[in-house]
Amino acid sequence: MQEILEILEKDARTTPEEIARILKKKPALVRKAIKKFEKDGVIVKYKTVLNRELIKDKTRSVRALIEVNIAPQRGHGFDHIAERIYRFPEVVSCYLLSGSYDLLLVVEGEDIQTVSSFVSQRLATLDNVRGTVTHFLLKKYKEDGDILKRAERSKRIAISF
Amino acid sequence: MNISKKVQKLPPSGIREFFELVIGMKDVISLGVGEPDFVTPWNICESAIFSVEKGYTSYTSNMGLYELRLQISKFLKNKYGISYDPKQEILVTTGVSEGLDITVRALLDSGDKVLIPEPCYVSYHPVTSLAGGKPVFIDTKSTGFKLTPSLVEKNISKGVKAIIFNYPTNPTGVSYTKKELIELSKVFIKNDLIVISDEIYDELTYDMPHTPMSSLKGMKERTVYLNGFSKTFAMTGWRIGYICAPKDLISGMTKIHQYVMMCAPIMGQIGAIEALRGSGRYVQEMKREYSRRREFIVDRLNGMGLMCPKPEGAFYAFPSVKNTGMDSVEFAKKLLKKERVAVVPGTAFSREGKEHIRISYATGMSDLKEACVRIERFLRSNER
Repeated sequence: MQEILEILEKDARTTPEEIARILKKKPALVRKAIKKFEKDGVIVKYKTVLNRELIKDKTRSVRALIEVNIAPQRGHGFDHIAERIYRFPEVVSCYLLSGSYDLLLVVEGEDIQTVSSFVSQRLATLDNVRGTVTHFLLKKYKEDGDILKRAERSKRIAISF
Repeated sequence: MNISKKVQKLPPSGIREFFELVIGMKDVISLGVGEPDFVTPWNICESAIFSVEKGYTSYTSNMGLYELRLQISKFLKNKYGISYDPKQEILVTTGVSEGLDITVRALLDSGDKVLIPEPCYVSYHPVTSLAGGKPVFIDTKSTGFKLTPSLVEKNISKGVKAIIFNYPTNPTGVSYTKKELIELSKVFIKNDLIVISDEIYDELTYDMPHTPMSSLKGMKERTVYLNGFSKTFAMTGWRIGYICAPKDLISGMTKIHQYVMMCAPIMGQIGAIEALRGSGRYVQEMKREYSRRREFIVDRLNGMGLMCPKPEGAFYAFPSVKNTGMDSVEFAKKLLKKERVAVVPGTAFSREGKEHIRISYATGMSDLKEACVRIERFLRSNER
């Protein structure tokens, strides 16, 4: 059943019938397993991978990686303050890291000013946030295993033995 | 210009006309490709690029870089427990195609007979003839495309020296269990046959372990083990294969190799070393993907009435088109014209190939799905 996840992770549009065919299982069984994965939160949602550079979506055209230094809270560690931060819709990703800073955020905004003001007005002003370093993203090459450049056409000859 | 009688007599590539048709067409989904759709794993490409930058652009020793032969030897020892001496029993070739060619040239005298089970890869017949040998074809249709001891026995006659045996088989996908191979090996030994064992698809064996011919009792001394990097590591264009065989034969083959090929390309050899050192993960990923496609395509083909036993290896399915009332060439041509799906008619691989087509599932899942939809539509329109 674990293999269902592997197949869906590659192509979320694979239908339960197709998965059943590949895994030699009954479609009903596959559908049930997927339901359970969804219910248990293993499958969070189904999304489409976009290359944003090719769309003119003004609202999300600037991205920044932001290092955040935090004073952990007694009894809660980093979790509370992390939640205060990641609930902002501007925050696209949020990771707790080992090393010289604590949280790494990916923040999206319309332009540099929007992102800057998010950092200076909302993020840096939070209690327990001791400092931030903002890196604006210049170009995305690969994300979550996907190379964003359009795949080149196959160079194989059409018939070979 | 007068070309030699030997070449004139070579069978023409039976489907050249069909070939031209495919190449001249747009938007064709090709299920006719005999090579992986994956590109070579990046670690292999990267190491070859690095070596070129460092100036590794020369000839290598005739037998191939020693490091590569050593890695091949270790690889075979770890994987199958067979021991070949990298100094004397392994020769690196420019693909298995060259390996096969110099094998038959080193082995055959004019008129020696070679058993060739059919359907088979397209070069077996021509290389045998060019080497002066006489092919003796064994049709395996009646036994589900499996060579059996009795089929071998039936075709033994005076002057039969060797057999060219390929498993997992291109184009049928058939492979053999250890038990079946042991039975075959007994007949090979009894009739004193040399077995030219083309095991290029060994890694792509799905429901059972692959057993190399030379790992069987009494076989190593009469087996020429042919393998290469093309299929396992998606390295077809790098042209690197290898031969493992008894040392006197290797030394004979090396003589031919040094005159006609000198050595296999060095960039390919360096890539191959990296392939053996650190590509296990990619190989397993590719294999899993092929296996899934295999389940998909076999189920779909049978579902639409093209009878197709489940292939045990390689990346081919070999369904029957007999039900359609068309022979394989007609089927392939019409399918191409009407629905723009290319398959290879069985006649390319066998005199008796009129009833079957070869479908390669070395094609991405989305194309496979679409191709199945088109084939099904074609079959329905044919019924009407």
